[in-house]
Amino acid sequence: MANKPFAITLKPGTSLNNLTGSWRTARPVYLDRLPPCNNACPAGEDIQGWLFHAESGDYEQAWRALVENNPLPAVMGRVCYHPCESACNRGQLDSSVGINSVERFLGDEAIRRGWKFAAAAAASGKKVLVVGAGPSGLSAAYHLARMGHKVEIQEAGPLAGGMMRFGIPKYRLPREVLDAEVQRILDLGVTLKLNCKVAHIEQSMQDGGFDAAFLAVGAHIGKRAMIPAGDAAHIVDAVSVLRSMEGEDKPMLGRKVVVYGGGNTAVDVARTVKRMGAEPIIVYRRTRDKAPAHDFEIEEALQEGVMIKWLSTIKQAGDSSITIEKMALDDKGFPQPTGEFETLEADSVVLALGQDVDLSLLDGLPGLEIKNGTVQVAPNMMTGHAGIFAGGDMVPSERTVTVAVGHGKKAARNIDAWLRGTAYQPAPKHELAEAGNLNTWYYSDADKTVRPMLDIIRRQTSFDEVQGGLDETTALFEARRCLSCGNCFECDNCYGVCPDNAVIKLGPGKRFEFKYDYCKGCGLCVAECPCGAIKMVPEDI
Amino acid sequence: MLKQTEGSKAVAEAIALCRPEVICAYPISPQTHIVEALGEMVKSGELPKCEFINVESEFAAMSVAIGSSAAGARSYTATASQGLLFMVEAVYNASGLGLPIVMTVANRAIGAPINIWNDHSDSLSQRDSGWMQLFAETNQEAVDLHIQAFKLAEELSMPIMVCMDGFILTHAFERVDIPSQEQVDAYLPPFDPRQMLDPAEPISIGAMVGPEAFMEVKYLAHAKQLQALELIPQLAAEFKQTFGRDSGGLVRTYRADDAETMIVAMGSVLGTIKDVVDEMREQGHKVGVLGIISYRPFPLQQVREALVNCKRFLVLEKSLAVGMGGIVATDVRMAVRGTGLKGYTAIAGLGGRPIPKTSLHKLFLEAEQESLEPVTFVDLDWDAVNKQLERERQNRHSGPIAENMLHDKGMSTAAKFG
Amino acid sequence: MGFQTVKFYQTGTFTVGNRLLAPDERSVQAGEMRSNSISSGHRACQGCGEALGARYAIDAAMAESNGQLIAANATGCLEVFSTPYPESSWQVPWIHSLFGNAPAVATGIAAALKVKGKHDVRVVAQGGDGGTTDIGFGCLSGMFERNDDVLYICYDNEAYMNTGVQRSSATPPAARTATTMPVGNEPGNVFGQGKNLPEIAMAHGIPYVATATVADLRDLEYKVRKAMKIRGARYIQIFVPCPLGWGTASDATILMARLAKETGTFPVFEAEYGEVTGVLKIRNKLPVEEYLKPQKRFAHLFGKHAHPEMIARLQAIADRNIRKYGLLQDQES
Ligand SMILES: Cc1cc2nc3c(=O)[nH]c(=O)nc-3n(C[C@H](O)[C@H](O)[C@H](O)COP(=O)(O)OP(=O)(O)OC[C@H]3O[C@@H](n4cnc5c(N)ncnc54)[C@H](O)[C@@H]3O)c2cc1C
Ligand SMILES: Cc1ncc(C[n+]2csc(CCOP(=O)(O)OP(=O)(O)O)c2C)c(N)n1
Ligand code: SF4
Ligand code: SF4
Ligand code: SF4
Ligand SMILES: [Mg+2]
Repeated sequence: MANKPFAITLKPGTSLNNLTGSWRTARPVYLDRLPPCNNACPAGEDIQGWLFHAESGDYEQAWRALVENNPLPAVMGRVCYHPCESACNRGQLDSSVGINSVERFLGDEAIRRGWKFAAAAAASGKKVLVVGAGPSGLSAAYHLARMGHKVEIQEAGPLAGGMMRFGIPKYRLPREVLDAEVQRILDLGVTLKLNCKVAHIEQSMQDGGFDAAFLAVGAHIGKRAMIPAGDAAHIVDAVSVLRSMEGEDKPMLGRKVVVYGGGNTAVDVARTVKRMGAEPIIVYRRTRDKAPAHDFEIEEALQEGVMIKWLSTIKQAGDSSITIEKMALDDKGFPQPTGEFETLEADSVVLALGQDVDLSLLDGLPGLEIKNGTVQVAPNMMTGHAGIFAGGDMVPSERTVTVAVGHGKKAARNIDAWLRGTAYQPAPKHELAEAGNLNTWYYSDADKTVRPMLDIIRRQTSFDEVQGGLDETTALFEARRCLSCGNCFECDNCYGVCPDNAVIKLGPGKRFEFKYDYCKGCGLCVAECPCGAIKMVPEDI
Repeated sequence: MLKQTEGSKAVAEAIALCRPEVICAYPISPQTHIVEALGEMVKSGELPKCEFINVESEFAAMSVAIGSSAAGARSYTATASQGLLFMVEAVYNASGLGLPIVMTVANRAIGAPINIWNDHSDSLSQRDSGWMQLFAETNQEAVDLHIQAFKLAEELSMPIMVCMDGFILTHAFERVDIPSQEQVDAYLPPFDPRQMLDPAEPISIGAMVGPEAFMEVKYLAHAKQLQALELIPQLAAEFKQTFGRDSGGLVRTYRADDAETMIVAMGSVLGTIKDVVDEMREQGHKVGVLGIISYRPFPLQQVREALVNCKRFLVLEKSLAVGMGGIVATDVRMAVRGTGLKGYTAIAGLGGRPIPKTSLHKLFLEAEQESLEPVTFVDLDWDAVNKQLERERQNRHSGPIAENMLHDKGMSTAAKFG
Repeated sequence: MGFQTVKFYQTGTFTVGNRLLAPDERSVQAGEMRSNSISSGHRACQGCGEALGARYAIDAAMAESNGQLIAANATGCLEVFSTPYPESSWQVPWIHSLFGNAPAVATGIAAALKVKGKHDVRVVAQGGDGGTTDIGFGCLSGMFERNDDVLYICYDNEAYMNTGVQRSSATPPAARTATTMPVGNEPGNVFGQGKNLPEIAMAHGIPYVATATVADLRDLEYKVRKAMKIRGARYIQIFVPCPLGWGTASDATILMARLAKETGTFPVFEAEYGEVTGVLKIRNKLPVEEYLKPQKRFAHLFGKHAHPEMIARLQAIADRNIRKYGLLQDQES
């Protein structure tokens, strides 16, 4: 520059000497917010985290991220009621991301490709007994095994799976899917003892030399209702019916089958019966919108030809018919009898009124607290008896496969800590990524992918799976509908929109950094970050 | 090569010999013939490797030249009068940025009243613009000064105006020696810009400069012109070597050795003055002439040296600082300050008013006799002026001065040129 | 990826970049090696749309010309905040001459390059709306008419910002500026005939005219790159909200540009040889109030002494744009 005119002519880029960061009164900072889907997932899955990998087509990495929290994605992708999708921020834009369908795709892909879990950590030398091979027990076994503990599952039934096998019908959960995911857990070195009912927990622990136990015996005793019935009346409970579907001897229910109850179990039984060639009628005392069953299940049942009598109770059961009374809802929404009666043909009545827990294995166990037929546990899932933990349907909570899996994980972490003589400290929760944190302008319109459904004739006559899965294209599409709430997905917006070039791009997978020497604190990066992964914090001046 | 040709055409040919790369032009009398000729030369291929741009105004003409010069192209334009004023902002900018643009000013009066004829008010209005200004006495000198101008401008990285009297020179057919291309090439090297817009070496030209450095920038421009005072005689000497002709320089004297009365002037009027001086010399009057070629930078020392031995001097100039008097005279007086010399100013030839020898005779004699007023308006129609002044004394709203005076003079319409 | 061509739904083409896009589908701004033609340390206000728009545009032009670019700049905020002695923000060879002559300076540069045979070096001229629509208009029109090989970029922030927010002929009706105060029966700027410079540029029949906003980077880059592929006079007007002059939050700059487009207030289109060849459709049409309300320069239209009739007139202008350019999704353009 020596020979250039003084002052008029300047060297390029010399404004870098001028540190405009001193103008700032607030600074942008990157953060990870908790996506509402993750927050809503009872199994504590990092949904946004595994979708991130699925978005780039790296399904194995996605699956591996998923199974960090939940070892049963193929099952989850079929039976989970996906509260994550109800919480999904995209629902406020068009419709929620089909998280569950992508999860199923990943689960199926893993089975198809034979992906195995990463090897367990170094052996801890501790032995843990898991009672019950339902989802909760399997989940706990999986996590404990990966932590290096020796795990043995003792299961009363002839096969693993619990209600996933003996409750949920095949047409919703094909057994080969369940078998594959159970086997993968066993492949970690978990011992499964079938037909091995634990009668006395302390005894069993002592016999096997276990250091701790996780109880997950579920709720299997069908609730009875007081129905005046003739001797010839054929009354059975839903759980038994469904269980017997798994055995050699299929239940004999006749042609006209009345199913009593309005929950998912009632619907499952009715749809199962329909597939066996009978004519099911569900009788429920309240209205459709008050029914505990998920509406989509009711809808599917109706499509398949299941009849439903709303606002009806069974007054009396005979050998080939029943009498029902019409009900009316009072101001508070409770059904009240009307005195109006009707007779229905019925070869049998199936009671689907819920289940109670068989707590006999706990008889005499000191320290235990039982309330409303369930075992009370502390926040760390431990019962009142040290070293004995419990979860799933047998503890007070929502009774779903997903909650059961979540309990299993949580219990495993606490058992692990307890075995090591410490207490498990969950990582502090990030602040929630709410819809208001997002700049949704940046997401293009993309309707949710509808999963294919089996044609109606085959739905009425076979136990083939009703709902199809996504293929690679649709799964990728669906994954990419994710807004990545609260977590940087490297869209380069902050890097692009900063008028002061105060954002450094660190390269693929490394996200970004602020150059505070130059950032003037305008907040544009925060406003234009699509997913709300930056926030402004005041400078202390 | 000797040629009988129009001044504008001769200058155009000289410019072409200097291998300009970008020429921008906007028409205004009396500059038109120069750029028309250049345009034709570019079109015909006679002047190769040159872009001729017909711009939409003089402001654009100078701006285009700023751009092309900054991008490293030898750049030329020409204008006069209103045109020069229309580009003023860019004129200052070109010098401020140190861009060696060469511009011919075909000197012409400034309106209102609009007038197409010669005087020096236009380029003198740009006295402080930071441009150098060289005044040609003849068309031969106009040709030669343009060749020197490119060299001077590019050596200093400063723009320069070559001033030649409108019509009197631009439209006059005279014998001119047009140099050969080899001669010009030998004298004028290719343009090697001091700074250039170039992606290979990016720079930012035209920064905003505040009080912390503005004075220094201005002083440096001043220092450049002081350097030019050294360089101009040097280039004239080199010119003589190559072309065998005395041309240019800072000042030129005529019959000055024993002169007691010196006549100081710029431009073509020097020819008439020399004729009158010759006649007066024959009659025994000790009169001499000092012609100023370099108006900016103003050669204070050379002017002083030329005048210091006379008894009195008269500055005859084609310009008027309204409300003050002479413009050139002010500078000349500055040059001789402290000498006690008697100095007179004569304002002549404004708006193309002829300057006849008889009037100069009379004027110079009065100067010799020291009977002149400090400022004399040569051949002013006192009758018309006094009548108007009288009218104005009577009535403050007396109509446009120009209209009234034309009426008094028995003329009803103004000439239709523009 | 590459195993299938899936439309990129997650972010479509709206974000600056995305890790999932193939490199050739990424914007210039997404690149780690972008030229950052205007470096950090410039003195633009916080959230300045002009600083942003200029980097977007010049970086794109740099990318398209392989770094062979020279820029001329009119006086205005961009010039002042980028080159106060002793520091320059520019990484490209750059010249500032005057307020009203940037197009002519660029013409001169283009002429010099042509005569020197540097055909690969390209020229852009840039200025604010004042420098473009008012004082530099003559030079601009001359540059267009001669079809000089210059891309002129106007950064339209709708007033003379550098001198303290005075009205320019690009200032919208009803807007408050320092010279159109919100007093009297018709507060703010007059409802004149408007001075639609893109259309005036089109009337010159030049090869390319386009409008763009800082809210749509990909469209902006596409237009700059397209313009750079063409020889001759080209004009792009980029809408660059000015937080200081408009009285908007510093983080609302892009939002304002987006709203101007989504309300139809600022039609985004391109034209070749005087004919409109494409428009950027409105995604979700919004009433002009949405755009006007956050801006202090329109505050007098709302509140206690509201002027619904003036808002209606501004809506009518937007509606006319929508009709004229066919800005709605289902409209022919
Ligand atoms: C018909 C039906 C459909 C359902 N559909 C869904 C659905 O679609 N989605 C959903 O999320 N949830 C569904 N559920 C609920 C879900 O199945 C249960 O909440 C979940 O299975 C509970 O898991 P768990 O591990 O606690 O118990 P279970 O799954 O019940 O498993 C308990 C296991 O413990 C074994 N066991 C019991 N006692 C002993 C003992 N003393 N010793 C050894 N082993 C013992 C049992 O044999 C059983 O295998 C459904 C339930 C039913 C009944
Ligand atoms: C000939 C001239 N007149 C006026 C000015 C004062 N001036 C400098 S910048 C400016 C306003 C620039 O407005 P605009 O072109 O819209 O650019 P902005 O600052 O808004 O980006 C004005 C009026 C000047 N520098 N030169
Ligand atoms: S958009 Fe993605 S991250 Fe956000 S809630 Fe839905 S699935 Fe989770
Ligand atoms: S956009 Fe740039 S200047 Fe503004 S807050 Fe973000 S990093 Fe800082
Ligand atoms: S006044 Fe407006 S255009 Fe100028 S620097 Fe500030 S924000 Fe940018
Ligand atoms: Mg402006």
